[in-house]
Amino acid sequence: MSVRGRKLAGRGLTWLTGGAAFLVVAMLTVILWDVVRGGAGRVTWRFLTSAPEEGMAGGGIFPAIYGTAVMTLLMTIVVLPIGVATAVYLHEYAPPRSRLAEAVRVAVTNLAGVPSIVFGLFGLGFFIQFIGTGMDAAFTAPTPEGVLEPHYAKPALIWASLTLAVLTLPVVIVATEEALRAVPRDLRDASLALGATKSQTLAKVVLPGALPGILTGAILAVARGAGEVAPILFTGVAYFLPDLPDSLFTQFMHLGYHVYVLATQSPDVEATLPLLYATVLVLLVLTFALNLVAIAIRTRTRRKAAGAH
Amino acid sequence: MGSSAPVRVALDVGDGRAAGPSASIRRRQAREALIAAAITIVAATGILAIVLIFVFVAREAFPVIVGAPSVHDEVDYARMFLPQVWREGRPASFVWQPVGDVPKYSMIPLFVGTLKVTLVAMLVAAPIGVAAALYTSEFAPRRVREILKPTIELLAGIPSVVVGFFALMVLATFLQDTFGFSSRLNAVVAGVGLALAVVPVIFTVSEDALAAVPRSYREASLALGATPWETAFKIVLPAAAPGVLAAVVLGFGRSIGETMIVLMASGNAATTTWSFGDPVRTLPATIAAEMGEVVFGGAHYSVLFFIGVELFVFTFALNSAASFFVRRLVRRMSGKTA
Repeated sequence: MSVRGRKLAGRGLTWLTGGAAFLVVAMLTVILWDVVRGGAGRVTWRFLTSAPEEGMAGGGIFPAIYGTAVMTLLMTIVVLPIGVATAVYLHEYAPPRSRLAEAVRVAVTNLAGVPSIVFGLFGLGFFIQFIGTGMDAAFTAPTPEGVLEPHYAKPALIWASLTLAVLTLPVVIVATEEALRAVPRDLRDASLALGATKSQTLAKVVLPGALPGILTGAILAVARGAGEVAPILFTGVAYFLPDLPDSLFTQFMHLGYHVYVLATQSPDVEATLPLLYATVLVLLVLTFALNLVAIAIRTRTRRKAAGAH
Repeated sequence: MGSSAPVRVALDVGDGRAAGPSASIRRRQAREALIAAAITIVAATGILAIVLIFVFVAREAFPVIVGAPSVHDEVDYARMFLPQVWREGRPASFVWQPVGDVPKYSMIPLFVGTLKVTLVAMLVAAPIGVAAALYTSEFAPRRVREILKPTIELLAGIPSVVVGFFALMVLATFLQDTFGFSSRLNAVVAGVGLALAVVPVIFTVSEDALAAVPRSYREASLALGATPWETAFKIVLPAAAPGVLAAVVLGFGRSIGETMIVLMASGNAATTTWSFGDPVRTLPATIAAEMGEVVFGGAHYSVLFFIGVELFVFTFALNSAASFFVRRLVRRMSGKTA
């Protein structure tokens, strides 16, 4: 090929691949633009703080926001200690070439690839059918009419939170391990040389140093947990509830599921469309804000880690 | 722990050799061992989780897996995978129709639907994802790269129910106007929607693989007179091939298992046609749509869990293949560079 031909081909391919990158960004922009345009006018204080009315065609989404928040909070309380401890094991405690560490890594990689709907089946089969039924048998005596009260083997806030905790475990582990990797060896060595034990070094030096990264993991997990719908379909979410959940063993409303319900099961699509757009906007702003914060913290941490070496 | 503890340890070690470690050191060692053991046990949760997922999904599918008498009247392997004659004189066919006088549980329409949607998604997402990764890693100016990567990561952060909503409301109308589909929701709409969720996966993994190719490869190629695009396509891309392959395989696994986008945008009709303009029903969408109305413990219930087992096995196999490719890439990058 001539020099000119090669140059032309090069320019063409640069444009072609650049066009692909541009297309991805353009799609993101189109989605954002559509949602903001459709929903911005409808998101009012009243919309955020009141319950749905008129068979979902009016009112607000407060119960869905509340349910999403409580569920992700419970999920975070469960997943964060387990995820951080696992990452600490992998990076700080596992002996080199440890079989167990290798197995944990393989398990976590595969856990990240399990389809979200399978997590839903797992929540139903394990938490509700197995644990819940076991708890019913152990703690609840049926009334003479055969009613179980309290009844554990049914969809509930706690089961949905636990299911999502399993789903987000890889997110926390991966982020925490990256954060631990960024803590310089010198700091650990200095602490140990001063006579601190391994666990003291961990608690006073390594974990504080890794805190931004752990925070990133937690935020990413919250964003993921707040947006997932498939795992909670059969484990706790409800179409409509007049009251806010007042115990771990009641059902709850959820923003993502609310979007699904409004988009697909509404008897009058035209009437609910503005509310639907407003709900999508709230969900999108929530997950985007969380992701942006996480990405910002991570970029800063990475730059700092790169600067330290 | 008191702040004076480390000093005492140093003293104890000094003269404690002959008499054995002092009580305080022994207590401390026991505590350290306990913490290490606790962390190790918690770390095993990940293994426990993946095992429990398989065991408990399979447990609910058990009657279908072993062909138990309780479900045998309604379903067995032949009726799930082979064509059946449902009315005399009619040709044998594959039918998924779980509600009715004679429930029909053929998996074939669901496989066909899943494959059609996945095929569309991969045809759209794989070239775009890999090309965007190539641009980002090889051609983009540094500032563009620093904006591109987090932006595409943000796309990955959009909840799938929002992408499903977008596909249902906007994409479906746009694609129908463009291609003139007779049904508004179909395999192409679901596939393109799915591609939006899969592109970030393919992009991120490919970009990592391309960025892992040592600088010396590029420098050698450029020094021999190759142009930057020749270097990118003939040196860097082939060197990173296992990683790019892993990205595509991971994206494939993701698109087989994705639920909400497909549930909202595919039309959910269990058909066996090969036309991409027809509505389709996929494996995950079937579970999501029907679990709410089944009799707990019945044949339909077990069949839905059986679909879950299938999904688990497919995605497990795909993920294992992807990890295999990544390991090959790592070995290639670390073995030949020195």
